[in-house]
Amino acid sequence: MDLTALGVCLTTSACVVTQATSGLIVGMLLFLVAAGVTLIFGVLKIVNFAHGTFYMLGGYVAYTTLNVTDSYALAVLSGTLATALFGVLFERFLISRVYGSNVLMQLLVCYAVVLIFDDVVKIVWGPEFHAMGMPPAFQVPPLFIAGGVVPPFYIALIGITALIAIVLSLGLSMTRIGKTVRAAAINPQMVSALGVNTTLLFAIVFAVGGGLAGLAGALAAPVRSLSPGMGFSVLIESFIVTVIGGMGSIAGALVAALLIGLVRGFGTIGFPQFTDGLIYIMMIIILLLRPQGLFGRRS
Amino acid sequence: MKAHPAWRDAVIAAIAVIVVLAIPLFHRSPAFEDFVIRLSAMALFATSLNLLVGNTGMVSFGHGMFYGLGAYAFALTMQMTDLSLPVAAVLAVLFTTFAALCVGAICVRLSTDYFAFITLAVQMLFFSIIISWQSLTGGDQGLRGGIPRREIFGFELASQLHLYQFCTVVAVLGLLALRHITTSPFGQTLRMIRDNENRVSFLGVVLWQARLRAFTIAGAFAGLGGVLAALFVSGAYPELADWPNSGQAIFAVMLGGINSFLGPVLGAMILLALNDVVTRFTEYYGLVLGIVILAFAVGLRRGVLDFLRLAWPGRAR
Repeated sequence: MDLTALGVCLTTSACVVTQATSGLIVGMLLFLVAAGVTLIFGVLKIVNFAHGTFYMLGGYVAYTTLNVTDSYALAVLSGTLATALFGVLFERFLISRVYGSNVLMQLLVCYAVVLIFDDVVKIVWGPEFHAMGMPPAFQVPPLFIAGGVVPPFYIALIGITALIAIVLSLGLSMTRIGKTVRAAAINPQMVSALGVNTTLLFAIVFAVGGGLAGLAGALAAPVRSLSPGMGFSVLIESFIVTVIGGMGSIAGALVAALLIGLVRGFGTIGFPQFTDGLIYIMMIIILLLRPQGLFGRRS
Repeated sequence: MKAHPAWRDAVIAAIAVIVVLAIPLFHRSPAFEDFVIRLSAMALFATSLNLLVGNTGMVSFGHGMFYGLGAYAFALTMQMTDLSLPVAAVLAVLFTTFAALCVGAICVRLSTDYFAFITLAVQMLFFSIIISWQSLTGGDQGLRGGIPRREIFGFELASQLHLYQFCTVVAVLGLLALRHITTSPFGQTLRMIRDNENRVSFLGVVLWQARLRAFTIAGAFAGLGGVLAALFVSGAYPELADWPNSGQAIFAVMLGGINSFLGPVLGAMILLALNDVVTRFTEYYGLVLGIVILAFAVGLRRGVLDFLRLAWPGRAR
């Protein structure tokens, strides 16, 4: 524990800016993953333990696309679309078979997929770590904001994820499909009785959720390294976000993801050994005081 | 469910002990003895989890915490004091029991999903404490230096054969005790809670007390499994308390069968055997294990023993 270092950091604008932007990056990427988890849970009442795998696949597909085409935009697009497709296949061929069965059966199916694809990635891309490197467009000197160093890619990243958050929430509240999704979250039988094709709807939800995770993986690839099993820690964190924010709440996921990002950003200065511990303590306190999460509805 | 006379279980347990102990007299195989030692630890771990999952309907994602705690408590007691092995083992299990009581007191009032998540969070907190408290636990390197003075009543547990005999006896006694708890009126109450908690509550059972008791008992037996694991690896490692390890126990329970007492033992056997066989042929253990799990989950849709019981009603136990 190093509270003096934390105190010094909090009183220096440079340190605050640096830590806050890195915290925001972590938070916004986490939001993309957790938004998928919470969307899928909200509509299908399935806790998707394989969501980390989507994130990983998004990163790897983007890595290969960038190597082949040299275009980061194409890389992000292909990573997103590939995982969206993967989400649909996963839902149609595996998850749809365990709807309504024990939660543990769903966990088992998801974990099997995690195991299989960790090894598939090892076979295709090798067990070693890969670094994507900064896309050429962002290989420019960093900006200095109030004395803090901020790479331009970070700003682009925060901008893109914020845009997605807005599109997602507007899409859910304004568009017809978004309204159907929200209705299905409340009463799927009624939605189905009203003539909505829920099979298609569920596949779409998995496509969007999976695509968001793949997008997060593709966006994170330049700042983090790629390795088989990289989905594991992201999965745990996105669950924490979902629980703290409230299962099924997109706004809750955003707030909780930013909260965790900032705790990570500043926690590494104050409690370098115990940042994870801080986050688990936060989760325990929330579960005890407000089990439904910050923005969740009491069931 | 039929009444199971306690003596019948005791006879079956005695036969199992005699058979397992007799095998090395005819054929010594270090690989097999290793397997049984690891199985004894994991069987206790998985069966204690099933007291919660299958019996009471409490899905705990953090059961590995008590397995790891038992291992660390035992190994640390052996390293830091001059107590004999049985005393240290009993102390470790008591300590784990107390920890389970405290964790349970916080967790058991939450409903299903939230219970699963809070047990996971508490376990991960415990895991990060192990990692960061390096002076005591050795951090992510694990507790090294071995476990000294490994003898009990003249048995030298550093010898594989003696450890094999010791683990077999402890595991079977532990399973017998768990079996006794499962078939007792208290065990029946737990199953009633699983099936309809409102009615049980109307009958005058205090739900959180019964759940807390089940959680504490399960923690105690997981701790006993952890003691065996610590003896086997001669130390303790953070992985014992990490969440993939809790996952292993859940898979053992699900693969073997959640509604059969011996299901988790069978599941543990399948997982360990798969691990041993598959790693010999390929480095892609996850790929094979994943496909096997998928076949079970999507094909059978239930654990092996549960499946057999449905296929031949009245025959299997």
